[in-house]
Amino acid sequence: MTEQKVAPPPRVRPSRRPAIVRAVTVAPHGLWCLLFILAPLVFVVYYTFTDPSGAFTMANIKEVFSSAYLTVLKRSVLLALESTAICLLLAYPLALSIARMKPRNQSLVILLLMLPMWINLLIRTYSLKLLLETNGPLNGFLSRLGIGPIGFLNSEFAIVLGMVYNYLPYMILPIYSVIAKIDPRLKEAAADLGCNGFQTVFRVVLPLSVSGIVSGITMVFVPSISTFFISKSLSDGRIRLIGDVIEQRISLHNVAAYEIGSALSFILMILIIVSMLITNRFGDNDGGVVV
Amino acid sequence: MKTLSRIYIILILLFLFAPIIVMMLFSFNSTRSTAVFSGFSLKWYRELFRDEKAAEALLNTLKLAVLSSVIATVLGTLAAVGLSRLKRRWVRNTVQSVTNIPMMNPDIVTAVSMLMFFVFVGSALGIASRSFATVLIAHITFNLPYVILSVMPKIRQMDKHLLEAAADLGCTPIETFFRVELPAILPGVLSGLLMAFTLSIDDFIITQFTKGEGFYTLPTYIYSMTKKKVTPDMYALSTLIFLVILTLLILSNLLQARMEARRDPRKIAARNAKKKKKLKEN
Repeated sequence: MTEQKVAPPPRVRPSRRPAIVRAVTVAPHGLWCLLFILAPLVFVVYYTFTDPSGAFTMANIKEVFSSAYLTVLKRSVLLALESTAICLLLAYPLALSIARMKPRNQSLVILLLMLPMWINLLIRTYSLKLLLETNGPLNGFLSRLGIGPIGFLNSEFAIVLGMVYNYLPYMILPIYSVIAKIDPRLKEAAADLGCNGFQTVFRVVLPLSVSGIVSGITMVFVPSISTFFISKSLSDGRIRLIGDVIEQRISLHNVAAYEIGSALSFILMILIIVSMLITNRFGDNDGGVVV
Repeated sequence: MKTLSRIYIILILLFLFAPIIVMMLFSFNSTRSTAVFSGFSLKWYRELFRDEKAAEALLNTLKLAVLSSVIATVLGTLAAVGLSRLKRRWVRNTVQSVTNIPMMNPDIVTAVSMLMFFVFVGSALGIASRSFATVLIAHITFNLPYVILSVMPKIRQMDKHLLEAAADLGCTPIETFFRVELPAILPGVLSGLLMAFTLSIDDFIITQFTKGEGFYTLPTYIYSMTKKKVTPDMYALSTLIFLVILTLLILSNLLQARMEARRDPRKIAARNAKKKKKLKEN
């Protein structure tokens, strides 16, 4: 821009009737949020802390922390942590490998990784179940090698496998997108200063990709801990997670069941808020990548 | 090292695609077996096309996706336009944080909260607490944050002086919106619409909790099928859905590539050079 200096731009003139503009644009959305996002959450809290007559009670919360539900709660947290850890261990080297490819191949692999995400979770999980069944194709293949039949299904292993299978791309993509953006000169500098390949990864790339790891962990942990179809399908309903219990309670459609369902949802929400607070402490929180 | 990482990538892709490919293969099986492939047949596809409930579920899914994505896009775009003009930052931040709640919360919590709300309102007003309307409301609600997230950046990129210029040239605020602002943010609006549409088609949990009895969308219909003894016509249905998605993805990628090519500065320069040459020749 080598134009002559022009007069300073005129003062921004506010819209003639800002109140009306606001009323027409923001108000409907604000009202919608109030009615259908905030009010429903209030009702979860309401049903959690009241009995059928509407009086305040802590009974629902106490019941959730009684033996049967507590086992389910602990199992949900444990399996979600396991699947998140496995996803991270699988995804990180993968993201590194992809970032080293030629740009053209990179975008092809990323496209392939995103493809399963477009298939409904139910279909993906069901196809995994089909593959793993005792009389399924995998066992058919193994029996030809003289191995088998292995009962993959109906175990906590199967559920974790299902979570990893479904949510692995959610871990790979944010990590990859952060690694791909790292200035290659930093890696060269590390090599010049005497780092070998592993040292470069651990001392340069890893610290710079924390934000990707954090958003990957959130994107795998949240759906893992709240799933119910994966556990229900891969264990034939025998191993239940918190999501299964919520679904089962809620589908009874009576007030007492709604109360337990609400209490469990309330606990789940608290668990997730806490886990997000923990992960956010580690990330610089600009990793709001790929949604 | 290079071969090792390549093998690793292939193994992971195999892990992700093997189940889907096996399922597609067995949708063409001539028997009910899922262990042995005994011959190619279109039997299960014929069975599927005879299934009236599946057709109805497909229709419901599309109806819901179109309605919810269009309404969410209108509401969300208006909100984004209005929010960008708000002077008070805390109001803007609060509204945006609240909008994002369904995106951050697990689907099952959103689903339960919606249901609790509908049950309460339904019993208070004496109307059905679960119906097509409740599913539609739920879908619009979880679509809204995605629309706003894709429109907001386009508004921020837009040159604000264009709005002043339009006003100075005598546009009313409504004319300014339709003739200046909307064309500028249209790519964001369209990608928000597309995102909302696919999210609505894909949703299972929230639909399952807020729908009335006997109403099915494709995902909830598949769920009801997996509860009973499964027949391979479900594989056929899943295969068809997969192929439709694949076609749409390839098409949208081609379209995007073509649009990017048109915007490629080198090509534009080449085209301009050609035009100049022609002018000179004349």
